[in-house]
Amino acid sequence: MSQVSTSPALGIATRPERRDIGLRRRYAAERRFRLYGMAAIGFGLLFLFLLLFSVVSKGYTAFQQTMITIPVEFSEQVIDKNNERATNPQKLVSANYPVVARNALAKVLGVDEKDRAGLKAVNGMISDSVRVQFRDLVTADPAIIGTTQTVTFLAHGDLDSAFKGQIDLSVPETNRKVSDKQVGWMNQLAESGALSKHFNTGLFTNGASSRPEAAGVGVALVGSLYMMLIVLALSLPIGVAASIYLEEFAPKNRFTDLIEVNINNLAAVPSIVYGLLGLAVFVNFAGFPRSAALVGGLVLTLMTLPTIIIATRAALKAVPPSIRSAALGLGASKMQTVFHHVLPLAMPGILTGTIIGLAHALGETAPLLLIGMVAFVADVPATPMDPSTALPVQIYMWANEAERAFVERTSGAIIVLLIFLILMNVGAILLRRRFERRW
Amino acid sequence: MSISILLLIVAAIGVAGYLAGSWRANALAGGKSSSLHSRPGYYGAFVAIWSMLPAVIVLLVWIIASPIYIGSTVRAGFPDEVKAEPQATQNLNYNMIGAIARGFRLLSTEERQAVFADAATARTVLAGKGVPLAADPAPYMLKSADDLNRMTATSSTILSALVVLSALAGAFLAYRAIAPRFRARNRVEGVMLAALIGASSIAILTTIGIVASMLTEAAHFFNMVPAWEFFFGTVWDPRFAAAGATASSGQFGLIPLLAGTLYIGFVAMLVAVPVGLFAAIYMSEYASRTVRSIAKPLLEVLAGIPTIVYGFFALITVGPFLRDISAQLNGLVTGNYSNFIQAQSVLTAGFVMGIMLIPYVSSLSDDIITAVPRALRDGSLGLGATRSETIKRVILPAALPGIVGALLMTASRAIGETMIVVLAAGVAARMQLNPFEPMTTVTVKIVNQLTGDLEFTSPQTLVAFALGITLFVITLCLNIYALYIVRKYREQYE
Repeated sequence: MSQVSTSPALGIATRPERRDIGLRRRYAAERRFRLYGMAAIGFGLLFLFLLLFSVVSKGYTAFQQTMITIPVEFSEQVIDKNNERATNPQKLVSANYPVVARNALAKVLGVDEKDRAGLKAVNGMISDSVRVQFRDLVTADPAIIGTTQTVTFLAHGDLDSAFKGQIDLSVPETNRKVSDKQVGWMNQLAESGALSKHFNTGLFTNGASSRPEAAGVGVALVGSLYMMLIVLALSLPIGVAASIYLEEFAPKNRFTDLIEVNINNLAAVPSIVYGLLGLAVFVNFAGFPRSAALVGGLVLTLMTLPTIIIATRAALKAVPPSIRSAALGLGASKMQTVFHHVLPLAMPGILTGTIIGLAHALGETAPLLLIGMVAFVADVPATPMDPSTALPVQIYMWANEAERAFVERTSGAIIVLLIFLILMNVGAILLRRRFERRW
Repeated sequence: MSISILLLIVAAIGVAGYLAGSWRANALAGGKSSSLHSRPGYYGAFVAIWSMLPAVIVLLVWIIASPIYIGSTVRAGFPDEVKAEPQATQNLNYNMIGAIARGFRLLSTEERQAVFADAATARTVLAGKGVPLAADPAPYMLKSADDLNRMTATSSTILSALVVLSALAGAFLAYRAIAPRFRARNRVEGVMLAALIGASSIAILTTIGIVASMLTEAAHFFNMVPAWEFFFGTVWDPRFAAAGATASSGQFGLIPLLAGTLYIGFVAMLVAVPVGLFAAIYMSEYASRTVRSIAKPLLEVLAGIPTIVYGFFALITVGPFLRDISAQLNGLVTGNYSNFIQAQSVLTAGFVMGIMLIPYVSSLSDDIITAVPRALRDGSLGLGATRSETIKRVILPAALPGIVGALLMTASRAIGETMIVVLAAGVAARMQLNPFEPMTTVTVKIVNQLTGDLEFTSPQTLVAFALGITLFVITLCLNIYALYIVRKYREQYE
């Protein structure tokens, strides 16, 4: 060996004609193939990143809202001109509160009361939701009429967009929602500290609204919560019971075969078909109210059951037979073996599967559209029988709104939804890490 | 008594039965628990089951049966000329009687007498109590409403008595049966087994429910629109009829919707299949353990994102991007800066759906590729093949049936996908081959036809069920065929 390597001349002389087996070409093909694989993974990850980036970049501003804090004179002249509130309480409810806010802002900005165009522009900076806010303030304490209070209220959605820099000010004035005058006022207010961004609690407490600045996912969150509770309360026990029967008790016969094929197929049925089922059976046949969280919960339960059954069966299968033999050997019945020994050991796996099923149900939209949860619901539903809406449906409804400010809201709502999903999935992973046993 | 209070009473009897049963078993054993057949808790559970189960069954049967009985009795009491009216009018009348009865329950006896004396005041009086009526009630309706209330009250009393009695009787009988040699455990476990079987047959009930509900509603639809017009019609134009007008029926052609569904699904598969397959191959054959442990869960995050989020992504980001870039391209080539890709188009919807499907393809194929036996790989590598040659010539052919099965499952998901196409594909039902134009799908039309006010009598609404059953059958066939292929493949290496 060493001789050969130390005398290169000999090597050259006796080197056989090398057969061309295309190694170079084949290695190039190998490298290309490898590259395709990496590109494929890169493509997938790129779009995961793009999707998240697009949602977050559009939506993070939704967690802040522009508010105006100015002294407001609750003028008797405007609210209750003829002083009839003692006899007619309705007067305070129907008073023209937006004018109160407008006058206050006009005073701060120094706009003359005669300047109608100016007043209109001022009015365009204030959210219409002050009507409700001021009404609640006044009806709660009528004594503030005639006094001047410092109040914080929502700015108009367009002004909010402008303040967050989302409106392109180089566009000609007539083509954008905010006029130059309003922008000037906005900067003036911001400098004096009267106009500033606050954390947007309304996003988590308000219901549907046609005004983007006052719209929130609070009502939708409550509806989703009801549905998740119903899904959890129904699908976990039913799913576990069904899997216990199929895994531990069922004899091998046509009936159990049928059930098994059925469950596998149900897992792959499009979710919208469950919506049709819910509409025909629960709403039309059984007479449950439309758009109720109860119906949504039932539909989602049927949808999640196959997922939970499949996960539970896998978890039951993973418990070694020696555990069963030991329990049976000590005189436990089959039922005692399962419920006292196998089920507790399989519980982490079952719960992991359940959480993943719930996360899936939380993001499901299509079946809920069909059972009428696309409703404009402004009040928090008190019971699961009341009309309600759900977080993904709220996202769908906002996605269809044309206004720029709703894009921000939609993205914000998606971020809220994704945070819930991430929390649930992380919970499932932690549960598995913490309790999973390897036999 | 309200149902919930009744259920509480039954539950209380059950708990008491449990305590009494286990106490009695203990007493009978006299401190020597080995003389009992089962542990004391089972005797208690036996008593509890016997007290609660019959009572709940009675309750359920009564709740379902009594409104039917009461309804038919009230209708039997209608005057003859009312009975002669068509069924729909009678149903309306009955609903109104129900409303009147609800209002009557809010009135005091004197007020009710006053209403009876003058039927014309009924509407205003009831409206004052927050029960609006659609029209002035006829005198016979007031009487029927009164009957209805009376019967409902009687029924509720009888029900309460019956339920409590059956609970007590069940508890008593079960309590009597307790003896040291009594096989309580076997009895209790029998009931538990029945419950387990019941839970697992819910899967079958769901399938039956899906098929039956959609078939009945679709049958109503096919009564109004001939089936061949639906399945072979090439025009989709379901003119939204004004409420009550039955004259304009519109055209319900499935073909354009099906074409859109398949086209968008095809574009989605064009994106998902190569990317998903190559990702799976790389991860199972090339990737180091670290890369795999990072990339695989990250790709699966794509599967966990709700489809509404993809839809929004398509609507807000991908669609406008494709539209603008097409305008730029067009401008560079022809100088005419007008877009040739619409923001809502087959391409937009299909592309985003393809991204959604990547993790399905990759994780399903990953499992299948990993399941190919090591020996096949080693044999090929040992003969001097490169890795990519091994994959192309040995592993993929061996895994092909499984991969085809996986792709079929993915395709069924693409066909049934709703939210992405609702937001990104458009609503125009037309047949064309340009992927840059909007087309619509079966699922979009189901959503369109069923949101808003519903009338379960018009073909415009019922067509959704015909579309639904079509969708169900297509996806079911794809899935069954996929399962069949996968199962057949599995047998090869076992």
